[in-house]
Amino acid sequence: MSATSDAVAINGIRIELIERGAGRPLLFLHPATGIADDAPVLDALAKRARLMAPTHPGFGRSEAPKGFDSIDDLAYFYLDFLDSRGLDQVAVVGVSFGGWLAAEIAVKSTARISHLVLANPVGIKVGGREQRDIADIFAVTEDEYLALAYCDPKVGKRDYKAMPEAAVLAASRNREATARYAWSPYMHNPKLKGRLHRIRIPTLLLWGTSDRVLSESYGRAYCAAIPGARFQTIERAGHYPHEEQPQEFANKVLAFIGS
Amino acid sequence: MKVYQFTEQPYPEAWKDHSGSLRVNLPNRKCDPKLAADLFHRYYDEWMLADELGYDIMLNEHHQTATCMSSTVVVGLSVLARQTKKARLLVLGYPIGHRQDPLRVAEELSTIDVISRGRLDMGFIKGVPYEFAASNQNPVGVMERFWEAHDFIIKAMTSHDAPFNWESEHFHYRHVNIWPRPWQQPHPPVWSTTGSKSNARVLGERGYVMATLGTGYNTRALYDVYREGYMSKGRGAPPSDRFAYLGLVAVADNERDARERGEQVASYLRSSSIVHLPFRNPPGFLSVEDNARLMRGETPPRSYTKDRRVVDMRSGSVQELIDAGILFCGTPDQAYAQIVDFCEYCGGMGNLLMMGHAGSMTPADTVDNLTLFAREVMPRLKEYKQPVATATAA
Repeated sequence: MSATSDAVAINGIRIELIERGAGRPLLFLHPATGIADDAPVLDALAKRARLMAPTHPGFGRSEAPKGFDSIDDLAYFYLDFLDSRGLDQVAVVGVSFGGWLAAEIAVKSTARISHLVLANPVGIKVGGREQRDIADIFAVTEDEYLALAYCDPKVGKRDYKAMPEAAVLAASRNREATARYAWSPYMHNPKLKGRLHRIRIPTLLLWGTSDRVLSESYGRAYCAAIPGARFQTIERAGHYPHEEQPQEFANKVLAFIGS
Repeated sequence: MKVYQFTEQPYPEAWKDHSGSLRVNLPNRKCDPKLAADLFHRYYDEWMLADELGYDIMLNEHHQTATCMSSTVVVGLSVLARQTKKARLLVLGYPIGHRQDPLRVAEELSTIDVISRGRLDMGFIKGVPYEFAASNQNPVGVMERFWEAHDFIIKAMTSHDAPFNWESEHFHYRHVNIWPRPWQQPHPPVWSTTGSKSNARVLGERGYVMATLGTGYNTRALYDVYREGYMSKGRGAPPSDRFAYLGLVAVADNERDARERGEQVASYLRSSSIVHLPFRNPPGFLSVEDNARLMRGETPPRSYTKDRRVVDMRSGSVQELIDAGILFCGTPDQAYAQIVDFCEYCGGMGNLLMMGHAGSMTPADTVDNLTLFAREVMPRLKEYKQPVATATAA
């Protein structure tokens, strides 16, 4: 297993950061469920890239800065992150909530970004006002949630009683942070869809086809709103394809960014 | 002691046929508006009787639920402000952390205070967990929004000479100047509820009336934290009128009938907790530490008997609920003794929030319960000299 995460400070905000591998810089933005040090996708990506996988402010063991309560706060935080490290030609890869975050970063500035990969991203409103595009994960039981989010629910099942106390606390913080940023409007920014045209860099929409949190038509609408974006599917994966098919996920990302 | 008569204004027909949830997602097709009207009128009639019998009155609101049809407490307060004569009108509470517009709250409550000629007690609460699904307010940070709404309402009620400006984290106004201003000066008394020690201390520091529900013989620890907060501001021990307790009450001429009646009042505890599971604990309602403990399967019991037996409020027998100080039940003598014993344990508790009706208790039973208590128990409670504890219980 690779080295565990370190704490770094950006603008005085302390976050956890996993850094691994060498080559092209790749910023991995985790979904609402966080990212574990030993997630197989991280090593798979780090084989052919300089991987940076931070834990967003408020999630896991990262500090929750006072006043941070919107996806904008996170997007500007990561623009500062890229600036402060002087990173250029970065591939930004985000899953679900992290995909939304990646899109919010890219509509603001792609000056330091070469490629964008959005995997089963939330973040936009596609349907009518009485249509719920994104399943309400706060209104279902844990088993119902796992059935919505995973091709194989066993992959997502956590045994909190067997986990170290600190890991349970981190999971508890993930749940709270998700609501802090995405409770209402639920999991989306009503302005984002109208801004996606600003993304003028190569963009890949990756889609775990067993996702029942989102529909594939939602993903295709997302893709259509970004000029020139490509759409690729991953079978036997749901809302978190990096978790259910880590190797295929990494292969597709690395091939797309030319690494 | 003051005694406030309280009912949740339930719609008990819904109990008969429901698929596991009485709140949030119970289809309102199950509500017959004609039956609802009859129930509202009946509950108002019983409160008017309570007014004549010497009770004060407590109202509340909940949302999208058959357990409490009062979805806006302002309606009930408005009716009773006009129709009752003497009773204090306590709202406990007004969920201000959920409201989009605290200016509207200040206007409503000031108007009710004026119409009632100064009889309003103003209880502000954060709201039970299930309310967030209905209001769509973010449960994360609700206490910050609660306190900003509180600060704004008090400022609006106490500013009299010129419009003021308010631009803060949650609420924005540029010309605040409410009409009418409240009858009571500087503003109606503020009450709140809590189950947490950190909130109890804050309420003590502010000297507000603190109410608890279902805490039974676990109440003293919260009261003592309140006392510390109260005295930390250079005051002596808080008098008993700073403390309130919601107790279920069932009395009858003989013990057997009283216990049958107790069973009916306890139906509140058994029905109010029937909620679709995910709505019971929205993210941010509890601290991350408390949620982590829940995830690990550690759920601290809330209710204890005097001899430290754990009682589950939702399923406890009448005897267990009596032992836990959640239900005061028996002949008038027995109920009086139970209440006094509880006040002594608390070190003083000056406001009994009496749930004298619940569930499908009939009008005749409710009237009998209220009348007997008012005749046989309330006069003695008014005479009873409360202890004034200064510090932590042994």
